[in-house]
Amino acid sequence: MYKTAKEKLPAVLDAISRYFSLYLPVDYEDGAVFEAYSYGKTLSSKVNTVKSPKEYFFPQTETLVNFKVDGKSLSIIDPRRESEDFVIFGMRACDVKSLAILDRVFLSDPIDTYYENRRRHGIIVSMACSKPAATCFCTTFGIDPSEPDGDAILYLDKDTLYLNIKTEKGAKLLTPLQGIIVDCEQNEVDTQKNLIRERLKKLPLSSLQTTTFSSGKTDDFFSSEVWETLSDTCLGCGSCTYVCPTCHCYDIKDFKTADGIRRFRCWDSCMFSDFTQMSHGNPRTKQSERFRQRFMHKLVYYPTNHDGIFSCVGCGRCLKSCPINMNIVKVMKALGGEGNGKQ
Amino acid sequence: MQKVTKDILISKAAGLLDSQTVTRVLGWKRGEFYDDVTPAVFHSREELENGFVFDDFCGANLSKYLIKETAKDDGKILVFLKPCDTYSFNQLLTERRFPRDKVYALGVGCEGMLDSRKIRAVSESVISVRDLGNSVEVETLYDGILTLDRQTLLPDRCQRCKSKKHVAFDELIATDGKILDSNRFDEVEKLEKMTADERYRFWQEQLSRCIRCNACRDVCPACTCEKCVFDNPDSGVANKACANEFEEKMFHIVRAFHVVGRCTDCGECSRVCPQNIPLHLLNRKFIKDINTFYGTYQAGETVGSRAPLVDYNPDDAEPSEVLTGGTHHV
Repeated sequence: MYKTAKEKLPAVLDAISRYFSLYLPVDYEDGAVFEAYSYGKTLSSKVNTVKSPKEYFFPQTETLVNFKVDGKSLSIIDPRRESEDFVIFGMRACDVKSLAILDRVFLSDPIDTYYENRRRHGIIVSMACSKPAATCFCTTFGIDPSEPDGDAILYLDKDTLYLNIKTEKGAKLLTPLQGIIVDCEQNEVDTQKNLIRERLKKLPLSSLQTTTFSSGKTDDFFSSEVWETLSDTCLGCGSCTYVCPTCHCYDIKDFKTADGIRRFRCWDSCMFSDFTQMSHGNPRTKQSERFRQRFMHKLVYYPTNHDGIFSCVGCGRCLKSCPINMNIVKVMKALGGEGNGKQ
Repeated sequence: MQKVTKDILISKAAGLLDSQTVTRVLGWKRGEFYDDVTPAVFHSREELENGFVFDDFCGANLSKYLIKETAKDDGKILVFLKPCDTYSFNQLLTERRFPRDKVYALGVGCEGMLDSRKIRAVSESVISVRDLGNSVEVETLYDGILTLDRQTLLPDRCQRCKSKKHVAFDELIATDGKILDSNRFDEVEKLEKMTADERYRFWQEQLSRCIRCNACRDVCPACTCEKCVFDNPDSGVANKACANEFEEKMFHIVRAFHVVGRCTDCGECSRVCPQNIPLHLLNRKFIKDINTFYGTYQAGETVGSRAPLVDYNPDDAEPSEVLTGGTHHV
């Protein structure tokens, strides 16, 4: 564990940025946004950004391959380059955990080399949540925001900045931070950890349970009548999907360029009418079926395929961005019945 | 204006259900938090009593849902309409998007809805909100109770409300208001005063934040095509994300052109945008230009009116005049 005065935060950011590309959440009137650091930018005071930082590993649009057409010849141009190390600074526990969920999809055979490249080079400095938001429910999914995963963990209290280096990748920060941070005891952040744990107990959604849901329970929920009611006024937009840190479906398309073809992939949403479109059309013809897909994926299908792990991290972004205010908490409560999903 | 309470509305709606005047009620349903109100259909007095809400967070315009609901062919449906919602209601009728005789429209008064985004900007830990008229008391987890000026928590569309008058209803709860002298074109004028480069940069910055979730289109009461060109794989423009940097601009510009003369300026596009892009300003520019060149026209003010761009009048502005873009006309 290392520490420095909190007022040294700008110096810490500046020092890291001299060695690595640095990204951090920055406050705007409209909410916080993860973006590239430049001198003078300060760390957001918000719990969460509007969009999750998953795009640094799984961008909304990325080129997979370029085809160049020259007369009758066609050349294939591979855009992949070994990434350089970069730092994502100030990621919350929920967002860090979401990467473990994406890893199980993209890093299992066949490995997604585009994603793997960024994961290998991304150094994650997570940040403990001293003031969890009213919409947070990460503890429902076993996440501890007083001790997030990550290559290094940042704690900020009134006067002091603490940095707990957890991995070899995290230790790469020690060179830039030499002379700025000094050694300290692990237990210096215990007070803050305890305060966070006390605060978590008082959150409005603190008693939300996942007991009803788990792997292999498809038949228990698939034919439930609540899907029709819950999705009745769903607009079928992709807001929830695109702000979600764990949604990872994508589409691959070809785009005609001046001298060839650019094959790109982009985020897709199961809420869209043309999602998984095949020659006969979309296998899910009604919005209620598309809506069901999204929540069954998070609460049943993903756990079924991934050792019982849920693909929601309780960040609360969908609670804030849905135009009709429908969200996974309401779904869990409606499906769970008394004493289960219910509080 | 008499304050419309939830209980008055429940009692009214339940009465109409009991008398079988309507078979169901399209309204707003209470959620987990102070602000997460969901549009919902209620079928009984019990459902209404258990979940119906009418408070500062019922911003959602319910009129577009009438297309889907009336198609169910299940008797008459009651719908609650705030003044601005009634303009969308009329416009949808003008476009023959649902049969009027299958709807019972109950007009409800509105003093402006609160913007939960603005409340969260003050504190992310708000757990309850109390409306005290000119101020709002918010209870937070860490900062105690804060008293905030209500006016500052209104979204742009309510700060610059164009009308408190219901232009359509079968029955009105509370006394009707008036069409207001709103200053809603102020922001448009600011944009017009910019140089072309500045304006380009403004929209470039705003629209490049678009994540193509399509919420603006999906909520828009003027966007009622059965199959949107942007969802049609045969159209050549149906990309789900920006394949190039013009993509999201094309989407918004095409959409804005498509709703010209039909957009009532209800502001739902900006309310639902997760990126908080001021999309309504694109539409307002068109509305302002139409007012300048063809005389004041408010879409949805009456049923059956012909929008200036689909109507011919010998006094219409010459195309050459329109080509100046309106920046030289006030």
